[in-house]
Amino acid sequence: MAIKIVVRRPLTFAERTYLPQIIAGLKVTWDNMMRPPVTLQYPDERPTIPKNYRGVPTLIADTNGREKCVSCQLCEFVCPPKAIRITPGEISETSDNAHVEKAPKEFEINMLRCIYCGLCQEVCPEEAIFLQSQYSLTGLTRESMVNNKAKLYELGGTLPDNHHKWDKKKEEAERQSHEGH
Amino acid sequence: MEKILTDLVLSPLWYFAVARGLLVIVILMSISAYTVLLERKASAWIQGRIGPNRTNHPLISWIPFVGTFLAKGGFIQPAADGLKFLFKEDALPGHVRKVYYVLAPIIALAPAIVTMVMLPFGQLPGGQIITLCPGADVGVLFMFAISSLGVYSIALAGWSANSKFPFLGAVRGAAQLISYELAMGLSVLTVFLATASPNENNALSLVSMVNAQTGAWNILFHPVAALVFLICIFAETNRHPFDMPESETDLVGGFHTEYGAFKFGIFFVAEYSHMIIGSSLFILMFLGGWHILPWMPTIGSGIIATLLGLGAFFFKLCFFLFFFVWVRWTIPRFRYDQVMRIGWRVLLPIAVLNLLAYFIWYALRG
Ligand code: SF4
Ligand code: SF4
Repeated sequence: MAIKIVVRRPLTFAERTYLPQIIAGLKVTWDNMMRPPVTLQYPDERPTIPKNYRGVPTLIADTNGREKCVSCQLCEFVCPPKAIRITPGEISETSDNAHVEKAPKEFEINMLRCIYCGLCQEVCPEEAIFLQSQYSLTGLTRESMVNNKAKLYELGGTLPDNHHKWDKKKEEAERQSHEGH
Repeated sequence: MEKILTDLVLSPLWYFAVARGLLVIVILMSISAYTVLLERKASAWIQGRIGPNRTNHPLISWIPFVGTFLAKGGFIQPAADGLKFLFKEDALPGHVRKVYYVLAPIIALAPAIVTMVMLPFGQLPGGQIITLCPGADVGVLFMFAISSLGVYSIALAGWSANSKFPFLGAVRGAAQLISYELAMGLSVLTVFLATASPNENNALSLVSMVNAQTGAWNILFHPVAALVFLICIFAETNRHPFDMPESETDLVGGFHTEYGAFKFGIFFVAEYSHMIIGSSLFILMFLGGWHILPWMPTIGSGIIATLLGLGAFFFKLCFFLFFFVWVRWTIPRFRYDQVMRIGWRVLLPIAVLNLLAYFIWYALRG
């Protein structure tokens, strides 16, 4: 292994007086003073949130307004701090989406427990739960920090969906029943 | 106008005396307070921040434009800072030596005010000197003697606090102040050697020093002395890079660790008043005092000239205070041994050699 010896050069006279360094330093700070400040005055000005930001986890609906979660409870199991609590429920026979069979009756995420790890988003087979751009979350009571199902859908809104998996399944089922299997 | 100004400066009547006394305190406190603001603002600019820009009062925020401007510039912040110090609980820790603990901040501020009273900072149309103590043309010795008393406050504060960090700070502070006093005195002597004429009484007068600088300023002929003096006032005022007594990174808060509320506030004011006094002395001795520019004849006459002179002095003072702040936010603190080395092995020899050189020069010139 090649060894490179760095010669430690003794300080020159000018350096030992400190003065040139101090003057150079003063110039640096002067230049800084002339620059505009980089402060973002937070409550008045908001930062631009990048697209892939992982904020508060939310539930989303697909473009047809169907709630995507099928209450498989994978997220509940994977959530490291056990922030998620799901009460599974069934979709009524008369509904358009009866073929999906299940949907959560209640879905609670306790934001006092959530650590924003994103595992719920990762594990969800239905792409129903997303960590989105909301970053500022405050409440006056412990209860108000628990997001219930209605709140989660309100926060989540709709995200584009390229698969429409359940629609395709339905079409497929109908086509097959027409062909008379 | 001229009459009022002259009366205010010179009249022995008691109400003028009271007015002068109040002026000292008001001026000292407000310049100190606004230097703190400058400190906060300048540090913010240097670090790319904005600095205090929110503090406001409903009565002021109603004024259109001016109100917003005052708030944005942070001009109401010092009032808030001061009130905070005033209304905080003034705790007296159980383990301190009570009498000396209370005495220390008083001793810190008193010499500062006394020196401030004696500072000349302008000239009336009649040729009299504007000081806050009329007719007092005390020499520079008095200034040094009194303002150095401030070291007692540091020593007392550190010792009476009865805990190790303040004590270390106090020991360092005392050692540092004593070390730099010597070089400072010698550099000043060089200048007086040049300007004071032999048979004059009160040869160390600051006023005759300023009058001698109507032409060239002393800094042009005594750059070395000016530099030594400048470094020494940084050390004497305990400012960066010489803030040994405080050095908050290794000594918590240094000598005032155990102080809070208004007593701490007084230490604060004392530090800034020492800055004001140090810069004023530098201006008087090296930067031509109330002369606007070197070799510049006085503009106008009477009251105009007086006011311009006062303005010039004030401008130089502001620049100096800014310079103190600017240096503080630029360079790191020296290590304690470096401070001692610079004081004894660099500044002192330089000051002595400088003095000797001028001695020889004057001796040869005859
Ligand atoms: S959000 Fe996803 S993982 Fe969680 S229960 Fe609903 S479908 Fe399952
Ligand atoms: S982000 Fe992590 S902690 Fe928060 S709900 Fe999802 S899995 Fe749980």
